[in-house]
Amino acid sequence: MYVAVKGGERAIDNAHSWLAEERRGDPAVPELSVAQIREQLALAINRVMAEGSLYDPDLAALAIKQARGDLIEAIFLIRAYRTTLPRLAAANPVDTGAMAVDRRVSATFKDLPGGQVLGPTFDYTHRLLDFALMAEGAAPVAATAPADGAPVPRVTGFLNRDGLIEPALPDDTPPPDLTREPLELPAGRPLRLQAITRGDEGFILSLAYSTQRGYGRTHAFVGELRIGAVAVECEIPELGFAVEIGEITVTECETVNQFKGSKTEPPQFTRGYGLVFGQTERKAIAMALVDRALRWQELGEDYVGAPAQDEEFVLSHCDNIQATGFLEHIKLPHYVDFQAELELVRKLRREAQTLQEAAE
Amino acid sequence: MTHTDTAARKGWMGLLAKAPPARLAALMPDLPDHSLLRAPEIGAVMVRGRVGGTGAPFNLGEMTVTRCSVRLACGTVGHAWVQGRDKAHARRAALADALMQTGRAADVQAAVLHPLAAEAAAARAARSGKAAATKVDFFTLVRGEDA
Repeated sequence: MYVAVKGGERAIDNAHSWLAEERRGDPAVPELSVAQIREQLALAINRVMAEGSLYDPDLAALAIKQARGDLIEAIFLIRAYRTTLPRLAAANPVDTGAMAVDRRVSATFKDLPGGQVLGPTFDYTHRLLDFALMAEGAAPVAATAPADGAPVPRVTGFLNRDGLIEPALPDDTPPPDLTREPLELPAGRPLRLQAITRGDEGFILSLAYSTQRGYGRTHAFVGELRIGAVAVECEIPELGFAVEIGEITVTECETVNQFKGSKTEPPQFTRGYGLVFGQTERKAIAMALVDRALRWQELGEDYVGAPAQDEEFVLSHCDNIQATGFLEHIKLPHYVDFQAELELVRKLRREAQTLQEAAE
Repeated sequence: MTHTDTAARKGWMGLLAKAPPARLAALMPDLPDHSLLRAPEIGAVMVRGRVGGTGAPFNLGEMTVTRCSVRLACGTVGHAWVQGRDKAHARRAALADALMQTGRAADVQAAVLHPLAAEAAAARAARSGKAAATKVDFFTLVRGEDA
């Protein structure tokens, strides 16, 4: 029997007002502004923009404040907000080769045109807590040096010249969009990259790590990692030409991977690709490794049953909003389902008892 | 519009779109008489990348964008598509686009576009200067057997 129940409104309202009080914390401590979060928790902002799949630092900061720092909850808020926006257009693909680089490193070539530019990195810090940050001090100032303004060519471009690496040939096929059509498998690389770039950082990181430990190994080198600003250019229908409508920061990682060669292809390096909103280098490297692992079929490699090779497994589980929605729904009332289970167990126990008594 | 005009218009529209909204408001405090052809509207534009940087396009994620179209009293139409959700930014950018097609272009160029361009160039130079200071200078250590 289905019994509709009502009630709980007062409890819910009170729970939410307590949530608001807890969110604020001790009123004796100054309240955080959205601008403070945007400026001083920039890497959290970047993660929320990347996985929320909406580039807007102010909204990401607001979401982080509202979510009390729970980044998956903040991503959820952003995903919900973006569904309310009309889609005005699709921009032309960003030209990462023309990036104004903050950081650009290569693990494959020491001396390369454009050089190794470290940028504002945690690398080479000692990972010791800096107690000086507990005290307010003067704003730190970065060192500067004359910039030569020379272009920073792609590392894969050097290898391409000798045919040592597979090319990424220009193509203008409109990409599928998983925010518009349900995910269909096999997905193809553009759809996989869209899913991974908005996928959960922890999940993509673990999958990438699993390939390094031998579950679908691809022998990746970071050919190039670059972080910086790129212009976004969009065709404006009322004008009939494309205009720059803004500038975003992205992180791009290109891996260089081994390839044995085949009957039709000479031995050459292959590539994995990662591109993520914001300064998000862990995610971009992980994305490139998972992208490469998923290409086993296209490159004629063996399927060894590794999770990172399994497109259906990766794409069906990488979205943390889908995952948390399904996971957390089990805490909500399931009174009727459970009542049915309870009845069934009782019935089975009665039957078992009757059988036992009959046997005795 | 000739080819050069289009290139110039692309230039100023891009500059206005990327301008900090507060700065544009400070440089353009007074708005000329106008009517709205399209009131400022907030929406999303899908940003794309290319596989391997140069290959097939894929969807990277959306960005917030505000667009607006205005008509000046003289009939000139201006358009704006600007990053973010600032309606006043989009409206000012559309008005500047319209004014740039009128006899007041030189004034707008001097009062609004030149300062914005100079500040954008300075901001970019400051950032690339910081990046340049983190460029590694490798040097080879003298090995023991060579000493």
